[in-house]
Amino acid sequence: MKQIKTISKGSVKDIRNKGCGECQTSCQSACKTSCTVANQECENITTKRR
Amino acid sequence: MIHLFTFKDLNIVTDTESGAVHVVSGTVYDMLSAAEHKKDRPFCVDASTQREAKEEIEELVREGLLFSEPVPEELVSPELREPVIKAMCLHIAHDCNMRCAYCFAGTGEYSGERSLLPAETGRNAIDFLLEHSGTRRNLEIDFFGGEPLMNFGVVRDLVRYGRERERELGKHIRFTLTTNGLLLDDENSAFINEHMDNVILSIDGRPEVNDRVRRTVAGGGTYEHIIGKLRRFVKAREKAGKLYYVRGTYTAYNKDFAEDVAHLASLGFGNVSVEPVVTSAEEDFALTEADIPELCAEYDRLADLMIEREKSGAPLSFFHFNIDLSQGPCVFKRAAGCGAGTEYVAVAANGDLYPCHQFVGEPAYLLGNVNAGNFENRLFDTFNTAHIFSKPACRDCWAKYWCSGGCHANAVHMNGDILRPHELVCALERKRLECAIGLAALAQM
Ligand code: SF4
Ligand code: SF4
Repeated sequence: MKQIKTISKGSVKDIRNKGCGECQTSCQSACKTSCTVANQECENITTKRR
Repeated sequence: MIHLFTFKDLNIVTDTESGAVHVVSGTVYDMLSAAEHKKDRPFCVDASTQREAKEEIEELVREGLLFSEPVPEELVSPELREPVIKAMCLHIAHDCNMRCAYCFAGTGEYSGERSLLPAETGRNAIDFLLEHSGTRRNLEIDFFGGEPLMNFGVVRDLVRYGRERERELGKHIRFTLTTNGLLLDDENSAFINEHMDNVILSIDGRPEVNDRVRRTVAGGGTYEHIIGKLRRFVKAREKAGKLYYVRGTYTAYNKDFAEDVAHLASLGFGNVSVEPVVTSAEEDFALTEADIPELCAEYDRLADLMIEREKSGAPLSFFHFNIDLSQGPCVFKRAAGCGAGTEYVAVAANGDLYPCHQFVGEPAYLLGNVNAGNFENRLFDTFNTAHIFSKPACRDCWAKYWCSGGCHANAVHMNGDILRPHELVCALERKRLECAIGLAALAQM
């Protein structure tokens, strides 16, 4: 494609084997006054990578 | 739903329902923006460029990367989750050795008396977490306060106890600690660096900014008392290869908070987080919706700082600009990030249980007591049904799968309605996400 460069195809729709609940509780990470999940990791994947 | 914005000289389009991110030409940007606003607009480019843009857009639509269909809510609703508790905020001390003007804990005592958590209560809290954690293996305990180093003997004791119990039960507890740094010394630092997976160090930035709100008990500034300790601690922590964040709060007194991040970075702190103060509108230092344009411009300045640092070979990690575009958490998590009242609880120094640290001391949110062994999660449904599909503002928000619906405590405290996120915080969250996505896109160009 000449006019569009796709940076990411996103992963919202990937729901296979997901929802295990092992990932970190968002607010615990650094803020304690807000929550965001953009910077969180999926435990399912990180565990596999290790 | 799509969202269009510019970052530096990039035209960026995000597709809400898939999470896809694209950098596009001016023609594509104009066409998509016309489509979003359902307006026909004349384009001042030649016909072949237009045709090419149109074909590329259509291809992405076919691939489900633009204007894609929503994931069926019934498949991914957070309401499907089991009532399991896996994270705990443990209030080691309802007392503090600082007197910060904006403290939501009322300078440590959480509208109760100043007190320290007894070791026995802490052990009961850990037992409580383990008992309610179902089949979850990874659990979290944050040592919080007030100031947890005021009761550090109990922290040591509880880490030891937690390690014993996790072995028995085949679980893994991640310990974290939040401190103002005043009592850090080589001895407690060594223990912290060995046992804590993450440490949050509170400091607001430039000396005059920090000292205006973060005060000693006697009313003086705190910067000079903590800065050396924090730097020494971070040096040791970096050597140990462990995670930390220096975390500041910005208020109406320092709307130029990028300067504070720059100051902290210049001192060698590589992981920084600053958060907008959330407080009653009557306070002098409260932020209001009228501040939004200025604050958004400040996040742009912060993004510039990050780009400069990256170029100079000393990259900075700013908590809210970190984004994982390639993967990130699954949609179940994205639909309700805040675990308050469902998977997360706070335990006060007297053993009282609350949905999260921000509700501690509020009778309406009291859920039981770990010493008495009584616990009734009567607010589970209220919290469990608050997610991006049920909050009207979130349903129509382009950022929903990155934001995850905001902080329940903010919604309750600022708007009196758990389903109505705080608009000021939303505006800032969306701006931070634009910067985060922009920086990630820039890195790939
Ligand atoms: S920014 Fe606000 S409206 Fe958008 S998803 Fe987050 S909480 Fe909901
Ligand atoms: S309510 Fe707010 S402060 Fe409490 S856990 Fe959720 S995001 Fe964190």
